[in-house]
Amino acid sequence: MALASSQNILPDFRLSPRIDQIGVEERAARFTTRSIKADAKMNGLLLVLNMIDLTTLEGKDTPGKVKQLCYKGMHPHDAIPGLPSVAAICVYPSMVKIAKKALEGSGVKVAAVATAFPSGQAPKDVKIRDTKFAVSEGADEIDMVISRGKFHEGEYNFVFDEIAAIKEACGTARLKVILETGELGTYDKVRRASDIAMHAGADFIKTSTGKIQPAATMPVTLVMLEAIRDFYYKTGKMIGMKPAGGISKSKLALHYLVMVKETLGNDWLNNEWFRFGASSLANDVLMQIAKEKTGLYQSANYFSVD
Amino acid sequence: MEKRLEVLKTYKIYIGGQFPRTESGRFYAAKNAAGQQLANVCLSSRKDFRNAVVAARGAFGGWSGRAAFNRSQILYRIGEMLETRKAQFIDELVQQDLTVAQATTEVNLAIDRLIYYAGWCDKFQQVFSAVNPVASSHFNFSVQEPTGVVAIIAPQNTSLLGLVSVMAPAIASGNTCVILASEQKPLCAVTFAEVLNSSDVPGGVINILTGKISELAKWFAEHMDVNAVVYCEKDAANKNMFREKAAVNLKRVHFYDNVNWTADEGQSPYFITDLTEVKTTWHPVENIAGAGGGY
Repeated sequence: MALASSQNILPDFRLSPRIDQIGVEERAARFTTRSIKADAKMNGLLLVLNMIDLTTLEGKDTPGKVKQLCYKGMHPHDAIPGLPSVAAICVYPSMVKIAKKALEGSGVKVAAVATAFPSGQAPKDVKIRDTKFAVSEGADEIDMVISRGKFHEGEYNFVFDEIAAIKEACGTARLKVILETGELGTYDKVRRASDIAMHAGADFIKTSTGKIQPAATMPVTLVMLEAIRDFYYKTGKMIGMKPAGGISKSKLALHYLVMVKETLGNDWLNNEWFRFGASSLANDVLMQIAKEKTGLYQSANYFSVD
Repeated sequence: MEKRLEVLKTYKIYIGGQFPRTESGRFYAAKNAAGQQLANVCLSSRKDFRNAVVAARGAFGGWSGRAAFNRSQILYRIGEMLETRKAQFIDELVQQDLTVAQATTEVNLAIDRLIYYAGWCDKFQQVFSAVNPVASSHFNFSVQEPTGVVAIIAPQNTSLLGLVSVMAPAIASGNTCVILASEQKPLCAVTFAEVLNSSDVPGGVINILTGKISELAKWFAEHMDVNAVVYCEKDAANKNMFREKAAVNLKRVHFYDNVNWTADEGQSPYFITDLTEVKTTWHPVENIAGAGGGY
């Protein structure tokens, strides 16, 4: 990596740092021991809500479903006044126009998954057209998937070039690069894929599509956060992080915030630089907020079904 | 021969089919009338109760969706398992101040009670449902459905029988429950959880906590995801508290504070129907046999 001191010279990705599996897992486990109560908890919950990319990525999605989700994103729970909106609504490209219209003037962004999501098994020109279509429909953010097959073959240049080409197709839209860590297999590969994505122009790196198990875990996210930190020290450029899939409880989300704070610092603790990709997390956060405000343990019956 | 080291049982709570310790890490001493300590028992916190309600809610769909006959089989199975471990329960009851004869009677009654409600599982609906006469061309049915998650504070003066007597009718119709065991006589409740765990009862259908009514009653009454509460003591302040706080989500509140659980009045299908809701359905009638009928 010594050659990478100039931004114009790419590092040899084969030399990305190796990860100490036991070390990273123990470190990640330690974040879950922090006690967050009362005011700090409430502020944390509001921040989590504001960081959610509320997501629907189903074959059965309809315009009605997307509009409902957009309304939920703007008005998470009107029974409690003063709640923030979510960060973005994440949909397939075909639903971007509907979401964009529904969210008009709200400040909530539209994120579109593109590049033959979730497998990424399509020719490059198809992926570029997919991306350009989503952007032309009004997407503020593009969530792309990397070609995991090529990555496993060691074709890092291919993966790099593809990300760079999609970044170009995005124009001003921010690019989130999904590594699909559940298919990468080792932390070493997660780190390497993170390095490739960031050097190729990713604005965010994201763990998972949500279609593969395991999805986001704390150790995997920690590996990626450390990659972001190293990249920042080297280049001065901030990269965002988005764990996605499998984060459905407020408590776990708060653990993630602790991890971000203790790895990257306060600069990353806002929805410009950190997101949760989730669908059921929002209701759990709302139930916890209601519990803090009313003192009553809550029931899902009193919160909207998404 | 050297004196053998005693191997004492850790009395833990029962949530979602598992035996965790209380998250609070607290415990209290269960003592007999002579003041001799019998065991350290978990002093459950409101968070244990919250976890138990989550488990009960999670189990509700599956349990209420089972065939009534299958619930009947499982209740019978609990009875069978209890029968095979009779000696252990008699022993624990004797430790908690009963004579052997009294203890044997209590365990036998508890087993018989389980068999009694096993029988009712697939019968109470026939008995209590109705086809109602209506003026229009509709079949009009009223049928019982389980209320949901039931939070129960078990009778305090018995260790086993009271708990079984309020638990069995609750789950017979498809409810799931969270039970706070007798504070002074908690041993059999925990051992009974071991029976449940080997009786094909899905995890979360029955959750058993040990601890203090004074700490937990408020949370039983207030939890928004609890649909009914059962209280078996005469404490007037607690009863008022239940009436008031249960209103927050219109919980059903039942006080069984005047029931002799050892007598015949301790078992009745009305304990089942207390924890059901009546659903009435209107179904249009087609003129089947008449002229122009489609059949």
